[in-house]
Amino acid sequence: MKNLLILPIVIPLLSAGLSLIAWKSLRLQRILALLGAGALMVAATCLFISVYTDGIQVIQVGNWPPPFGITLIADLLSSIMVVLTALVGLAVAVYSLADIDEQKISFGYFPLFQVLLTGVCGAFLTGDLFNLYVWFEVMLMASFVLLVLGGEPTQLEGGIKYVTLNLLSSVSFLTAVGILYAVAHTLNMADLSLKLTNIAQTHPTLILCVSSFFIIGFGIKAGIFPLYFWLPASYHTPPAATSALFAGLLTKVGVYALIRIFTLVFPRMTYTYTLLLALAGLTMLIGVLGAFAQVEIRRILSFHIISQIGYMIMGLGLLASNNPAARLLAIAAAVFYISHHIIVKTNLFLISGTVKALRGTYQLRRLGGLAVSSPWLAILFLIPALSLAGMPPLSGFWAKLAMIKAGLQAEQYLVVAAALAAGLLTLMSMIKIWVEAFWKPAPEGNPREGSRSNQTLTPRRLLLLLGPSIVFAGLTVAIGLQPQLLFNLAERAAAQLLDSSAYTQAVLAMGQAPLQPINISLGAMP
Amino acid sequence: MFFLLSFVVGGLFAAGLYLMLRRSIVKLIFGLVLLSHAANLLIFTAGGLVRARPPLIPPGKLLPGTEIADPVPQALILTAIVISFAVIAFAAVLVQRVYRSVGSGDVDELKATDI
Repeated sequence: MKNLLILPIVIPLLSAGLSLIAWKSLRLQRILALLGAGALMVAATCLFISVYTDGIQVIQVGNWPPPFGITLIADLLSSIMVVLTALVGLAVAVYSLADIDEQKISFGYFPLFQVLLTGVCGAFLTGDLFNLYVWFEVMLMASFVLLVLGGEPTQLEGGIKYVTLNLLSSVSFLTAVGILYAVAHTLNMADLSLKLTNIAQTHPTLILCVSSFFIIGFGIKAGIFPLYFWLPASYHTPPAATSALFAGLLTKVGVYALIRIFTLVFPRMTYTYTLLLALAGLTMLIGVLGAFAQVEIRRILSFHIISQIGYMIMGLGLLASNNPAARLLAIAAAVFYISHHIIVKTNLFLISGTVKALRGTYQLRRLGGLAVSSPWLAILFLIPALSLAGMPPLSGFWAKLAMIKAGLQAEQYLVVAAALAAGLLTLMSMIKIWVEAFWKPAPEGNPREGSRSNQTLTPRRLLLLLGPSIVFAGLTVAIGLQPQLLFNLAERAAAQLLDSSAYTQAVLAMGQAPLQPINISLGAMP
Repeated sequence: MFFLLSFVVGGLFAAGLYLMLRRSIVKLIFGLVLLSHAANLLIFTAGGLVRARPPLIPPGKLLPGTEIADPVPQALILTAIVISFAVIAFAAVLVQRVYRSVGSGDVDELKATDI
């Protein structure tokens, strides 16, 4: 069924619309959110299965012949990302039932949540560069409002920083799109992929300039080294459910876009890959060092997002290598890393929210004694925390192992050393949270914050808070015990990414009807 | 015309970035506005400047006869203008709320998220 491709965009949009109609009934909005997220999960899984068995799926929207209309396309990477989006969406929808208060729901939390999922899925599925920009904006606009929903002073201030830098990134992206259209007269990614090979021969500096605009634009969104400042300034301000959603998905859309652009659209340019590799190494180290200075759980976790993004970008940067086996392994490792990271990071943010629900604070100084009062939560935290640091046999170990192996094959020893050091420092940072929040005795004083006893949560609320974490922890362990399954998948996705001929053929071979070329002026382009 | 507009685009980018680097949050908004104008004008200019030849097909024909203006950059800009309009409107409200909650329009006062 070809129209499967459009469902991951239509389903959340539809449930957003229905939630708006059900504006007054919070109960109905909750049910719609669950139904929408569940349906998205089903559609995403079906899409993944059909891409896995039948190969790349393409739709030309409005039946315009390519490359004139907008193309929607799902290859393995896109469909994996859509499945992960649906998984995070479902988990956060369940978690929101317990975490988001009635006031925020009555201001439209659930419609915004669904629009955010629409934007993320759209960004993963589009095959058109300008359409990617539009999906980015859909996603950003929803995230802007979600971030400041509730209107706490810290949220508003975090919102200013987030909005400003993300708009700057959009402008950079739009500029790059404009220049690219001027040189190639197309924005269809598959078409660009074919045309830029020639243009890169004739205008190498122009292509380099455009690619740096893309690095700035997507780099801000992904949170790579000199461009990440909005992230730790804003991710710890909204409610836990919102920050888990952001932490799991938004930066990864930036990483996905970088991978897509620099494997498909631009021809191989050793210079940009080397630049990305250097940035990756710095991102890992600066992120993890930034986390050391922090004493608030979610700020620590935010800095670790940055550090982990470095590992994913490292996979892209290793494409500079001349060894094809190393290139394949690097991209496979990046895909594996993204999948593992989305699961683990969302889970850590969800658990930090549960800690807050139990103790009323994120400040490590005021926390303590949770290992005694809620040992199950302590274990639940340890699984993703150790996985993030790369302890065997959890998923993060295999992700780091594959990435470091790729680095060694590509003979980039410096960045491998950075990756190993960042892994060790991540472990120290995770142990710091564990010791401070769970192990040390609870501090005396404030009866509400950091008291020995937990705040009483009803069993139903506790189940809603912990259910998603338990599922994610189970997935982390499962990937850790059977890494080969996911890794084979990642390797297939990487092979598709590195050989773009299947992608371009899937897009351009459709509707072969050769159109008369219209004589469009190139204007005064020098 | 091409060179004139190129300099206008460059000037808008420079002015936008300069305003964003100032400490006033109102100037921050103006900076964002100028930047999005700069990007739109850049698409327009780079997409090719053609005077008074709209992309219309004369009646009874299947193709436009002479050279025509490329309609795609204009469509892109139209979309981008609508998006930036919405985003700037949101940012303006946000700035106003921040000003009320902090009591100051100085970006350096926004330190509550750093604790």
